Amino acid sequence: MDIHEHQAKDVLRRFGVPVPDGGIAFAPEQAMHEARKLGLPVVVKAQVHAGGRGAAGGVKLCRSEAEVNAFALSLLGRNLVTKQTDAQGKPVHRLLVEQATDIGQELYLGLVLDRKSERIMIVASREGGMEIEDLAEEQPDALVRMVIDPATGLVPFQSRELAFKLGMTGNQIAQFSNVMRGCYRAFRDLDATMVEINPLVITDAGDLIALDAKMSFDTNALFRRPEVAALRDPGQEDPREDAAAEHGLNYVGLEGDIGCIINGAGLAMATMDMIQLAGGSPANFLDIGGGASPERVVAAFRTVLSDPNVSVVLVNIFAGINRCDWVASGVVQAYRELNLTLPVVVRLAGTNVDEGRWIINESGLPLISADTLAEAAATAVDARPRQAA
Amino acid sequence: MAVLIQKDTRIIIQGMTGRIGKFHAEDMIKNGTNVVGGVTPGRGGEVVLGKPIFNTVSEAVAETGAEASLVFVPPPGAADAIMECAEAALKFAVCVTDGIPSQDMMKVKRFLRRFPASRKMRFIGPNCAGVISPGIGFMGIMPPHIYLPGRVGIVGRSGTLGYEAASQMKALGIGVSTSVGIGGDPINGSSFKDILELFESDPETDAVMMIGEIGGPQEAEAAAYARDHMTKPVVAYIAGLSAPKGRKMGHAGAIISAFGESAQEKVEILSAAGITVAPTPSAMGETVAKVLGVRQAA
Repeated sequence: MDIHEHQAKDVLRRFGVPVPDGGIAFAPEQAMHEARKLGLPVVVKAQVHAGGRGAAGGVKLCRSEAEVNAFALSLLGRNLVTKQTDAQGKPVHRLLVEQATDIGQELYLGLVLDRKSERIMIVASREGGMEIEDLAEEQPDALVRMVIDPATGLVPFQSRELAFKLGMTGNQIAQFSNVMRGCYRAFRDLDATMVEINPLVITDAGDLIALDAKMSFDTNALFRRPEVAALRDPGQEDPREDAAAEHGLNYVGLEGDIGCIINGAGLAMATMDMIQLAGGSPANFLDIGGGASPERVVAAFRTVLSDPNVSVVLVNIFAGINRCDWVASGVVQAYRELNLTLPVVVRLAGTNVDEGRWIINESGLPLISADTLAEAAATAVDARPRQAA
Repeated sequence: MAVLIQKDTRIIIQGMTGRIGKFHAEDMIKNGTNVVGGVTPGRGGEVVLGKPIFNTVSEAVAETGAEASLVFVPPPGAADAIMECAEAALKFAVCVTDGIPSQDMMKVKRFLRRFPASRKMRFIGPNCAGVISPGIGFMGIMPPHIYLPGRVGIVGRSGTLGYEAASQMKALGIGVSTSVGIGGDPINGSSFKDILELFESDPETDAVMMIGEIGGPQEAEAAAYARDHMTKPVVAYIAGLSAPKGRKMGHAGAIISAFGESAQEKVEILSAAGITVAPTPSAMGETVAKVLGVRQAA
């Protein structure tokens, strides 16, 4: 789960990380009020769950209240398209108005869950401001990595060593150790999966300050982190994914036209691959989960069909913990309740497969049955209505 | 002989008194698995499916001589349950639970390292289908009838894709020695490489079907191991060819976030290591058949 920059800065401030003074604004008047409180010039930053905001025109140094007003008016209520969003972009409903910071040097600091060492890893670089992917590609030697042992936590010498490697001197060593401790504790105590400060700035006066901040959290741990769950902004998420999650469905919207209803993440990915190899394009990833009731299957149909691009639906079930008869009842129920006219291809295998196939056959509906994964994908691709030339 | 689970392996189930635990315990017993009891704190002394329930794992070990455990405990208590198994000196544990926090798994992995190699517990999962040796028994949630007993090992992250592979093989008359689900989470107990090591030294396994997916470094690590240390042929399939970067595809671990983590890159790494990669998910069975045929002819 991602949160906004201003929320990440609030969290890190609580853990002792220095961040610029600022305030949040939902309207131009509020933005001007914040600017007046802070004193001009200020930096106004669009709050969306995506990087690349600066290059997309979502960040501006404003020297007058009129400038703040004009910039706020131009952003609020619009969608910001950055290189990390899709073509539609993300809606801007709030702005962070911040005291301007003079920049002596920009560094990169990130904490991630490293899958190789299975520990929290610190990644740092003297080259801040760039995306970490670009840094890793263009200057891999400029990245310093360090792993934290969960039994001891971050040990002070690690912070010192890193500070020296980043070229810090004097008072900066203690300041950096403080930033490191704050980031690590925030990561550990709140079940984060990522903390990123990019850039971590050394001001002209030689002090450290977090100019930007990004945090992601482990959704599996939200049950014990209500304060983190409260930071969620559903406005930044795909409403279809949220609606699906409420029915116990795992949905990811994609660009194609073949709607997919599948059980299991691996089989879902493999079915999408099979569609692509057969010359088609999947409209979504959807895992109905285990023990799916007919009602959940109907909800899956509703979710998939909320995408107007869908022209055919492929249901592929290999039941272990699921039951083919329940799924088949759900398919029949959905076809009738939603008055479907588009082609629906159904492949059933595993637990109670004979009962499931019987239900499909006896329904009298024009459902298209397939026996294997390959046949199901090919049939779905062929069943798409021909495009009018 | 199969790997991990034998006819006489004494197995307990943590969470056997729950709805899901009981359902799968019944299926396991029906298929000849040697279930000797269950553990549910506070329910000690009860009898479920004719098996005694204990309050703690160490009590179950003392009373039944249990050697392995299948963990059905919900996410908040699952890591705790796994560590309890290790402390009670079980040899082996499988956890099917989906949704365990990553930092809990970090703690589990650190905890398992406290023990010397001689009494270190092997752990598989979480978020996996479990382990089955057809004709011998199983620990997990898979439908046992889709597996034909035989001499090919299966290891995969996804449960359902493992079923797909087993049924494609069965349709071609190819059987399975043991099928192991290592689970879809970013931090897991046993890696692909760990399971390949077991299959390489198992005299009753002739070849391995390995089913990977996008995200994480474990397929690449396994490729290097197979190239340098394995005499048995490995067939692979990697799911997620059409998955976009940065989106989580169902499994917590199925996300492309670094170089070498996309399906295309993994296919290249595996092929370069001499592993035969099935071109499509529906060709897993026939690719295994082809590799076995070539081998017999050679």
